[in-house]
Amino acid sequence: MRSVIKNRQIVEDHWQAVADDAALPDGPVIVSLARWQRERTALLARGEPVGVRLPNTANVADLAADLPVLALVALEFPRFADGRAHSQARLLRERYGYRGELRAVGDVLRDQLFFMARNGFDAFELRADRCLEDALEAFGDFSDSYQPAADQPLPLYRRGR
Amino acid sequence: MYQYDSYDQTLVDERVAQYRDQVRRYLAGELSDDEFRPLRLMNGLYIQRHAPMLRVAIPYGLLSSRQLRTLARIARRYDKGYGHFTTRQNIQFNWPRLEDTPDILAELAQVQMHAIQTSGNCIRNVTADHLSGVAPDEIEDPRLYCEIIRQWSTFHPEFSYLPRKFKIAVTGAVHDRAAAQVHDIGLNLVRNEQGEIGFRVLVGGGLGRTPLIGQVIREFLPRRDLLTYLEAILRVYNLHGRRDNLFKARIKILVKALGAASFRDQVEAEWAQIRDSGLVLDDAEIERVRRFFAPPPYDAAAAADLSFPQWLKGDKAFATWVRHNVAEHKVTGYRNVFVALKEPGAPPGDITADQMDAVADLADRYSFGMIRSTHHQNLLLTDVRQADLYPLWHALKSQKLAAPVIGTLADMICCPGLDFCSLANASSISIARQINEKFDRLDDLYDLGDLRLNMSGCMNACGHHHVGHIGILGVDKKGEEWYQISLGGSSENDVALGTILGPSVPKAEVANTLERILRVYVERREDGERFLDTFRRIGLEPFRVQAYAPGSNEAKQEEERYAVGY
Repeated sequence: MRSVIKNRQIVEDHWQAVADDAALPDGPVIVSLARWQRERTALLARGEPVGVRLPNTANVADLAADLPVLALVALEFPRFADGRAHSQARLLRERYGYRGELRAVGDVLRDQLFFMARNGFDAFELRADRCLEDALEAFGDFSDSYQPAADQPLPLYRRGR
Repeated sequence: MYQYDSYDQTLVDERVAQYRDQVRRYLAGELSDDEFRPLRLMNGLYIQRHAPMLRVAIPYGLLSSRQLRTLARIARRYDKGYGHFTTRQNIQFNWPRLEDTPDILAELAQVQMHAIQTSGNCIRNVTADHLSGVAPDEIEDPRLYCEIIRQWSTFHPEFSYLPRKFKIAVTGAVHDRAAAQVHDIGLNLVRNEQGEIGFRVLVGGGLGRTPLIGQVIREFLPRRDLLTYLEAILRVYNLHGRRDNLFKARIKILVKALGAASFRDQVEAEWAQIRDSGLVLDDAEIERVRRFFAPPPYDAAAAADLSFPQWLKGDKAFATWVRHNVAEHKVTGYRNVFVALKEPGAPPGDITADQMDAVADLADRYSFGMIRSTHHQNLLLTDVRQADLYPLWHALKSQKLAAPVIGTLADMICCPGLDFCSLANASSISIARQINEKFDRLDDLYDLGDLRLNMSGCMNACGHHHVGHIGILGVDKKGEEWYQISLGGSSENDVALGTILGPSVPKAEVANTLERILRVYVERREDGERFLDTFRRIGLEPFRVQAYAPGSNEAKQEEERYAVGY
C-alpha cells in the first residue's frame, strides 16, 4: 500500500484508484467523473466511501450537488505548472462548502504544497519518486500570508496586524 | 515610502530561506531543471546567454537611498560593477553566480527588498506613473494601491501558476505615463460624478507577438472592490486562459477570443460571488497604507528663491538641461529631476555602482533620500527645491548623468538584446550606439522634438517597440541581424500600435534609415507638430517612399510590391 500525505502526516492510503473499465474492488474507490456520472447509483449502493477524480478542465459547479455524498475529491495536476486545480480547490471549499478529503494528484511536488494547502487541499499523492518526509517541511515555508484563501477567510490586515 | 512591519519582514526572510533550500536541492540534483525553473523565475533568476541574470523588484519604481546603496554594493560584490534598469521599473544584474543568489536575496531583505515574482507565470511587480504623488495633474496617488496590490499578489496561492505572466499598471493622473493600456490589467484612478475615487479597469492589453490594446471592462470600480474584482479577473483567467500554446496564453488572447463583453460578463458573474468576501478593501487599510506615502516636509519658502531664474538666464547649458530633464512639480518652488541613464555610447538604462552611490548621496542631499525608476529607463529625483537645481546639475554632470536628452530621440527604451538575452534575435545595444553616433548633435535632437524611440531585440517586445513613435525590432534572417521599423505607436493616452514600414533593413542601415524617415518629418511637419502628429496627419506612405536607400534591395522590393498593386 502506498503512502500519502494527509493532514500534514504520512499515512497509508486506503483508497484505490479504479480505471473506467476495471471491476470495482472492495473498499473505498476513486473513480473518474465520467464513471461517477454513469454509475452513481451503483457506486453509492456499495456502502463504501466513493471519491471522484475531476479533470482540471471541469466546471466544479457540476459536482456541487454530489459533494455531500462524496468522501473524497481528487484534483489533477497534469504538470505542476498547470495551476487550474488551485482555483477548483478554492471553489470547492469556499463556494460549495465541501468538507471531505481534497486530494492533489498527478505532478504533485513539494514546492507547490504550501500553496495547495492554502487553497484547501488536505491530501497529497506525491509523485512516486519523491520523499514524503522531506515534503512535510514545505507546509512550514511561510508563517503567515497576506491574502485570504480557503485556510483563512481574512487578509492579514484584518487580523490585527 | 512603505516600511515593512514584522509581518512583511518575516515573509521576505522566509522566502530567502525557502529559495536557499531550493537552490541547494537543485545543485544536489534533487530538483530537475524543469522543476527548478519556475522556482528560480519567481525569484527573478533567469539563465542567460553568458550567465544568470537576476531581476530585483523595485515596487512601483520607488527606492530609498539606502536601498540604492545596497544595489551598488551588490553590483560590485556579485556582478561586474553595474546594473540595468528595465521598463518595468526593476533593476537587473547580468553576471551573478547562481550559487550567490541566495546571499544576494538575503542582502536585499536587509533593506526591505526582494526579487519576488519579478518573473514567472505569476502576478509581476505592479508599476505606476513615475510622477506619482508629485504630478500636477494627479487625481490620487496610485502608489498606495500598488502597495495594496503588491501585498495581495505576493505568494498568492491560487495565482502563482497562471497560464502566463501577468502585469498590472496603475495610473493616478490624467496623463497615462505608465503604459496602462498595454498591460494585462490597467487601472486608471478616476473620480465619478459623485466625486468618489475609483478605478477604470482595462483588461487584455499587451505587446509581444500579438500586440493588443486593453479594453475597458468597467468604467468605475469603487475602491472597496479593488481586490475582489482583481481576484475575479484572475480566477477567470486561471481557469480559462489557454495553456496549450505559450504564445496564446496571455489574458489578451482570452479576452480577444471571448470578446470583451463576454469576458466582462464572466468576470462580473464571478465577482458577484466574492464581492462581499473578506477581501473587501476597507477604508482603514487604505488610510493605513496612505500614511506611508505622505508628502515630505516641503519648504514653504522654496518658491521665494531668486537664484534659479538667474542661473537660467546666466548659464545656457543649465537652461537647456532644465528644459529637457526637469519636470513640473505640484508644489511651487519644487521640481522633478530626471537622472538620465542615456549617456551616448552607454547601453540605455545602465548605471554603474559608483553612479548609484552618487545618486543615493544626491537624493539624501536634495530629494528627501528618495529615488524613482521610470518606465523609460531613467531615474528621477522628485521633490528638488528649485534653488538646488544648479548644484544638482553640476553634480549629475560630473557623474555623466545629465545628458540633456529626456524626451528626445536619444532617450531610447532598449532591451538588453542579443548581448545578454537568450531569447533575442538581434543586438539592440549596438543599434542604440549606432543611432547615438548618427544623431550626436544636441541641436539636431532638439530640432526633432518629442520623439519616443523604442527598441526590442526580438518579438517578445521587452523594449516596447510597438508603442514607440518609432519602433525598431531585431529579427533574424538566416543568421543575420536585420531590423524591422514601425512608425506611429504610442503607449500614452493617445495609444496606438505602430505600423510596419516595409521590409526590414540590414544592421548597418538602421541609423541611415532613421535619418531618411526623420528628414520626411522635418520637411512635412507643420507648426509645433511632433513626429507622431505629422505621421498621423500624412500617413505612412511619404515615409515609406523615402525610407530606403535609393537602389538598395529593400527599395527595389518596395517598388515591386507596390507596382503589383497598381
